[in-house]
Amino acid sequence: MYPSYMHESLKLVEQTRPARLKIAREKGRSKIFPSMTAEEREDVLHKFHPDYKKDAKHAVRIGPNAGEEITTEVADILESWPRINPDTFEPMLKKPDMETDVLVVGGGSAGASAALLAEQTGARVLLVTKLRLGDSNSVMAQGGIQAAVNPQDSPVRHYLDVMGGGHFDNKPELVEALAMDAPLVVEWLTELGVMFDRLPDGKLKTRHGGGTSRTRMLSCKDYTGSGILRVLRDEIECRNERIRVMDFTPAVELLMDAEGRVAGAIVQNFETDEYFIVRAKAVVMATGGLGRLHTQGFPTTNHYGATCDGVVLGYRAGAKMLYMDSVQYHPTGAVYPEQILGFLVTEKVRGLGGQPVNKEGNLFVFPLEPRDVEASAFIRECLERNNGIATPSGQQGIWLDSPIIEELEKPGTIERELPAMVRQFKRFGIDITKEPMLVYPTLHFQNGGLDVNAQCETNIPGLYAAGEVQGGTHGRNRLMGNSQLEITVFGRRAGKFAAEYALALKKELPLNLDHVRAFSKEVQKLGIDRSRVSPILLPDYIPSHIKEKQMTSHYLGTVRG
Amino acid sequence: MSKKQEQVSVFIMGKKFMVPAASTIMSALEYSGFQLKRGVGCREGFCGACATVYRLKDDFKIRTGLACQTVVQEGMLIAQIPFVPAVKPVYDISKLEPTITIFKQLYPETFRCLGCNTCSKACPQDIRVMDYINAVERGDLAKAAELSYDCIRCGMCALRCPAEIGQFNVAILAQRLYGSCLAPKSKEMIERVEQIRKGQFNEEMAAIKATDKAALKKMYYERDIEPGESV
Ligand SMILES: Cc1cc2nc3c(=O)[nH]c(=O)nc-3n(C[C@H](O)[C@H](O)[C@H](O)COP(=O)(O)OP(=O)(O)OC[C@H]3O[C@@H](n4cnc5c(N)ncnc54)[C@H](O)[C@@H]3O)c2cc1C
Ligand code: SF4
Ligand code: SF4
Ligand code: FES
Repeated sequence: MYPSYMHESLKLVEQTRPARLKIAREKGRSKIFPSMTAEEREDVLHKFHPDYKKDAKHAVRIGPNAGEEITTEVADILESWPRINPDTFEPMLKKPDMETDVLVVGGGSAGASAALLAEQTGARVLLVTKLRLGDSNSVMAQGGIQAAVNPQDSPVRHYLDVMGGGHFDNKPELVEALAMDAPLVVEWLTELGVMFDRLPDGKLKTRHGGGTSRTRMLSCKDYTGSGILRVLRDEIECRNERIRVMDFTPAVELLMDAEGRVAGAIVQNFETDEYFIVRAKAVVMATGGLGRLHTQGFPTTNHYGATCDGVVLGYRAGAKMLYMDSVQYHPTGAVYPEQILGFLVTEKVRGLGGQPVNKEGNLFVFPLEPRDVEASAFIRECLERNNGIATPSGQQGIWLDSPIIEELEKPGTIERELPAMVRQFKRFGIDITKEPMLVYPTLHFQNGGLDVNAQCETNIPGLYAAGEVQGGTHGRNRLMGNSQLEITVFGRRAGKFAAEYALALKKELPLNLDHVRAFSKEVQKLGIDRSRVSPILLPDYIPSHIKEKQMTSHYLGTVRG
Repeated sequence: MSKKQEQVSVFIMGKKFMVPAASTIMSALEYSGFQLKRGVGCREGFCGACATVYRLKDDFKIRTGLACQTVVQEGMLIAQIPFVPAVKPVYDISKLEPTITIFKQLYPETFRCLGCNTCSKACPQDIRVMDYINAVERGDLAKAAELSYDCIRCGMCALRCPAEIGQFNVAILAQRLYGSCLAPKSKEMIERVEQIRKGQFNEEMAAIKATDKAALKKMYYERDIEPGESV
């Protein structure tokens, strides 16, 4: 149900469709529009990518990356007060409430994989997570997971594609681990019971994604992330003897010992506001991304708990960050209807042959450029060339012609391949098998993160990081399907290596919070207002006219203290 | 931007609030001043955290939905169901036979299904829940796995079921058994895993890792692209 003023433009999309279809059929889908040269890519990125905007970045003033330009909203939460006062917590440190070998922080697929592998390696595991186990960005992935499983493909080709997608800034050892472990991860997941899409003879279905030179995108319909994580969660629940899970229990600070090793965390029971001291020989940070920081005011595809906590906690403990100057805007976020603003329209729509067209119904970019390039081209089409379609609430968007898929492939393809997408739009009265979607870039992914090696070690002993919270795998631009891969590949690695480290650790030393105290001093020197607190844990969507009247509760960020 | 948004009144757990008419139940809660902790997750219909029951004005029916996916209506009576207690046995998937017997042992209540179809009506994902339960009863695990695949574990079916079945847990067991035992194996994948374990790509990988940026760039822009789709 698009408003009537859009009908004229919708007609144009229909009118141009036969010609666009003809080209796709005759020349092949990879030739429907010339892909950009290296120079053209550079140009559109510099002029239109949000990361390049003035004020997008600030030099962070304290901590291990001091002096480095990073995303402004991230710099702000790093230059913030801790939620806890080290002096009040100091006496509690002598009597930890819980002890474990490996503490996993985060309940997405990175955390779940880490917990399973740590247990398998012989460690006792505690997994704490902010919402429920599984409520995460991981569960939302629709498009797929990459793995070079076809004979015409190889891990080496996968490596090259990842490096190119990341503009060659990726950390080679991480990309090597990613590409080489990929088929092993698919085997592991299959043994656990993940139902990847297959052909009747068992061959795994593979498709192209943005920036792939071979079809290597595996999927579980368009519930890929859910299809994987529901199995990992079930497996964790089946190993509940040795993996303890605590839902609604975010970590709010790391603990260290006298030798400067990370040795546990302070966690908060979200419902009773009790705080617990968890002593752990090793900690795996698997807290995911930052979408809920809404950088530059963008809407986001991310889940409710994506507030960059892991980077904050790790950074305070001295862990270095890599590429925190870069976030990913996914080219196709929904802009209409208003209730689904920012929601992800999976890249698979373009993988299946869907085409982005402007208000005249014309193609203006190759549909599967790397994401940052594609997103920048959309912004250019709307802002510079004035070829966007305005929504009633004043957003801009371009059409994503999905109905063309039914003709390119066969009727019924959309229902079969994109059931989640169909359902999503149907709930709001739009039939994507007959009408295009209106889209614009949306905040999607944290490209950078904590700097780790291929064993997932940070520069601080005892602190491991895996998943979206880690930086370096994708350089400054991730390709679809490599993140679902990253979280399982590095989740498994982090679990294994953290467990081995923990089991080899001989003596345990007293815990301290000196790093928090030292960091607070720096924050004080900057003259940061006391009300600025991090990790922020949850975003704040309560309108100001209500907030003004919530007189007696004081706020620590969004959560009442 | 529209200046004055149209508002409707809703009753959150019985208490009246005025909220913008275009709100989802979730944004209506937040607009009313609730800081959500439970009952919210992905906010896009993928996690099942936000199961909600409601009645519409002058309507006797109890309806079910996802708070993040349901638009408010004038006079709506709303309550969230943040947790659904369900039976969850522990098993070692690698040791289970993919047959009906295991369901009889682990989830005997499945076979008490009355065929009332209340579960399917309650499902916000429009899944034919009863049909997948019936498929399990027949021992057709492939069908059960396929029919239940879009389940996001919101728990609404289980709450409404007069036979007290925990459908979503039954579903995941069927899916895991199908995925791990019954689905045809991929020869290509097995071969690739063997090649990697034998170290077949190690040399080539070491070489490309050692390639400098300029040469790598050249390789990248000159690489051939597989046409079309393999499927
Ligand atoms: C809508 C969407 C679609 C996507 N589609 C794809 C795709 O098709 N292919 C692909 O490869 N990638 C995709 N991605 C990206 C990918 O899914 C994510 O990058 C990835 O799942 C991140 O996994 P993770 O385990 O690192 O983090 P998450 O899955 O986000 O998990 C982080 C967990 O940590 C918890 N947490 C956060 N802070 C704390 C704290 N302080 N204490 C305790 N717990 C905490 C969170 O609650 C959450 O459970 C998509 C992402 C989104 C949002
Ligand atoms: S089958 Fe049950 S648990 Fe799954 S989505 Fe439907 S109602 Fe929710
Ligand atoms: S609600 Fe329960 S008893 Fe009724 S059809 Fe569904 S599973 Fe069977
Ligand atoms: S919040 Fe995840 S389904 Fe509604």
